[in-house]
Amino acid sequence: MADVLVVDNLDVTFALHQSEVKAVSDLDFTLAEGETLAVVGESGSGKSQAFLSIMGLLARNGKASGRAMLGDVNLIGMSPDRLDRYRGKDIAMIFQDPMTSLNPTLKVKTQLAEVLVRHQGYTAEKANRAVIEMLERVGIPEPVKRANAYPHELSGGMRQRVMIAMALLCKPKVLIADEPTTALDVTVQAQMLDLFKNLTNDFGTALVLITHDLGVVAGVADRMMVMYGGRCIEKGPTDTLFYDPRHPYTLGLLHSTPHVAKRAKRLDPIQGLPPSLEHLPKGCAFHPRCAFRFERCFEERPPLLPVEDVREKACWYQGELKYEAVA
Amino acid sequence: MFGYALRRVLTAIPIVLITITVCFFILRLAPGGPFDGERALPPDQLKNLRAYYHLDEPLIMQFFGYIGGVLRGDFGPSMVMKDFNVSRLIGIGLPFTLTLGFSAFIVGTIGGMIAGAVAAVNQNKWPDYLLVAIVLVGIIIPNFLMANLVQLFFGVYLKWLPVGGYQPGSLIHLVLPVFILALPHGGRVARLVRGSMIEVLGTNYVRTARSKGLGTRLILARHALKPALLPVVSYLGPGLSYLLTGSLVVEQVFSLPGIGKYFITAALNRDYGLVLGTTILYVFIILALNLLVDILYAWLDPKVRYR
Amino acid sequence: MAGITGKDAALTAYANALAAEAPKGRSLTQDALRRLFNNKAALVSIFVLIAIVLFALIGPYFLPWAYDKIDWAGIRKPPDWAKGHYFGTDQNGRDMLARTLQGTQMSLLVAAVATFVSVAIGILYGAIAGYFGGKVDAIMMRFVDIMYALPYILFVIILVVIFGRSPVLLFVGIGCLEWLTMARIVRGQTLSIKQREFIEAAKAGGAGPFTIIFRHIVPNLTGPVVIYATLTIPEIIITESFLSYLGLGVQEPQTSLGTLISFGAPVAESLPWMLFTPAAILVVTLLCLSYLGDGLRDALDPKDR
Repeated sequence: MADVLVVDNLDVTFALHQSEVKAVSDLDFTLAEGETLAVVGESGSGKSQAFLSIMGLLARNGKASGRAMLGDVNLIGMSPDRLDRYRGKDIAMIFQDPMTSLNPTLKVKTQLAEVLVRHQGYTAEKANRAVIEMLERVGIPEPVKRANAYPHELSGGMRQRVMIAMALLCKPKVLIADEPTTALDVTVQAQMLDLFKNLTNDFGTALVLITHDLGVVAGVADRMMVMYGGRCIEKGPTDTLFYDPRHPYTLGLLHSTPHVAKRAKRLDPIQGLPPSLEHLPKGCAFHPRCAFRFERCFEERPPLLPVEDVREKACWYQGELKYEAVA
Repeated sequence: MFGYALRRVLTAIPIVLITITVCFFILRLAPGGPFDGERALPPDQLKNLRAYYHLDEPLIMQFFGYIGGVLRGDFGPSMVMKDFNVSRLIGIGLPFTLTLGFSAFIVGTIGGMIAGAVAAVNQNKWPDYLLVAIVLVGIIIPNFLMANLVQLFFGVYLKWLPVGGYQPGSLIHLVLPVFILALPHGGRVARLVRGSMIEVLGTNYVRTARSKGLGTRLILARHALKPALLPVVSYLGPGLSYLLTGSLVVEQVFSLPGIGKYFITAALNRDYGLVLGTTILYVFIILALNLLVDILYAWLDPKVRYR
Repeated sequence: MAGITGKDAALTAYANALAAEAPKGRSLTQDALRRLFNNKAALVSIFVLIAIVLFALIGPYFLPWAYDKIDWAGIRKPPDWAKGHYFGTDQNGRDMLARTLQGTQMSLLVAAVATFVSVAIGILYGAIAGYFGGKVDAIMMRFVDIMYALPYILFVIILVVIFGRSPVLLFVGIGCLEWLTMARIVRGQTLSIKQREFIEAAKAGGAGPFTIIFRHIVPNLTGPVVIYATLTIPEIIITESFLSYLGLGVQEPQTSLGTLISFGAPVAESLPWMLFTPAAILVVTLLCLSYLGDGLRDALDPKDR
């Protein structure tokens, strides 16, 4: 299948008072039509910033370089005005916190319809009809009533459904969902993931699922990309990474996730804390927490290299990863 | 929405009544009065005067008489300016004060909002710094001093604008007074808009709006302006009271014939009838305007209506 | 009613921040002081203010002329160093520098006393409302809401007119009408403090409500009180100046900055030193207090940690 999004050499830096911090370094990946890619990492791994930069939504002190080709246009470095032709239409984003991501002073209807008016040139009336339809589609009961409500009158799950409806109105080629279930009740999380899967299937939308929760990834994502310290350290098909992780960090993540690690005897968090991006360790960023480290890891940063056909990893250790070694 | 407005109107009525009552009794019970001049009046003359102003009746009768009068629009006689009654003086002064106040209110509010928004969008660039400096000057320098300074500069040295006074229909006489009144008001509005605009532009929902590709203008107009105006609207109530205080000063400094001038003259002469009348009027105006502001706020912030 | 300088908006924001971060509570810690001293504008303001206060208090003893002494040879004269009229003389031949210093003293004194009165009333009122809660609280705070909506400057003027024009009355009168914001802040603080364990402990130990309020709640209010005071002092200075400007304030031969400005303004064209000396002192004082207030608020901001 054709690739809808090709990201090449993406760097994101933030200017601080006197220094610069590199939040994302040298990120490459592709996203095929209709595919679901999970981007996994702890907070501070740069996973959100990478995608905010693609959407042109970095904070004022942030800067991105590299390429992010949506079809044949490069989104990186594009002026906001030109970017607005694609944002919300061909590429859309859903944010973590549905409570604060909707404008409290505008009716749900207004916030949804404006997307269609802007990008599809719908009249207000036609847009409103399409909005009701979409709200029904994302499983909101009494869509006419909800459309006329203000966000604070809806529950958290309902608001996230509204966000999904908003992002999918123009049937985008790419949908980026940044921790879409984190702020929700556990019971609602599963429903929400099903909804994502069904809708992106129906619309042929490629989904990027940014999360720190491997439990969310299993069963939804086709491929998976693990990030650490602003870099991709392992990527490949979800199944292979789950059953046969090759990077010690991926292994550690799997064993610290309850749902995934149910066959393991006990739950083990990864020792230590994720590094601060301002003071990344020399060599491999993960080495201070790694059970498989050796001299080379302290000095040289491992490049992301292919292992077998479909997967890549960035680690010097080539032996077998035994979980006992971690514990 | 209508129910909310009605409730607010109903709660304002007792406040007006309480204010009238308190002011009435304080002023009637106060030691000294308009007839305690330099020379003591002969007792029979004083008696006649007191009878003329109903001051010899029991206090409670005077009070109900007064309330009845107020309801009919009659604020009683002025005790010092013998040829005028209070309603007549108010009739002369009120239109002027309202013209002055509203002009300054509109100039200041709109000017402040534009300046604040420009500063917020250009955060930490020169328009921002310039605005912050102007606002500081406008807010720090008390307006009676500022009024004297601009009077001196534009009126006396440059002779561009009249130093004071007023001729009906002459706009040029209003330029300096409106400017003085609008400057600190606009400064505060600008500071509020700047702060809240910066905050709103950093919120998640503005980020959502940007992710929808709505374009800067639509985002500012539809998504950012309304929530950014909330703190401004809640300031407008106090701001109006501030304009009132300011109009006392400005009318005094520029010798303008508004109710502020009457109030101060009356206060200095212990003309209790006029003091009471102007005070009630001020309270009434301020409460009415605050009410409007509250209703405006409820319209801007849907959550308030349900409280 | 909100006052003249817009301090209420600033204070309300601060109080809301405090309430949001409630149980931590904040006081003038060394940490906050360090942050205050790192703020250059605030630091300079502190020094300038100290200089002004010292100069106003001590300066008159070193001047050749007293504030009410008339120099018959030097009426309406510009600054003259040889005769010791460093800032000139007024129409009555009195030394402007001496008068300005006396006026500064008076303005600062009014501000200090009125601020003290308003803080005292505000703390008492707010703490009682917050501590007893329920209906008492609802009624007391409703009263504050009503007062807020009223034009307090009119009432100050009425009070001054009725009870005569003595400075003491001015202090108390302004103070009595300035406590509203303080009461609101203290009430909010009290509500959050009274749920903390040490209050429970004090209650269990048999302490009465007023013991608890004065021993346990009031000492926890240092931060808000300090900020409130720095923001209220300029407001009162302006109010006093304004009243004096209208002729309702301090009476001759005593004087205040506002009185001096009101005498200087009409003759500013021919005797500019009569306006600009007191005006400069007033503006510098207000500017410094404003910077200091901002600095304190930032230093004590509970969000900023």
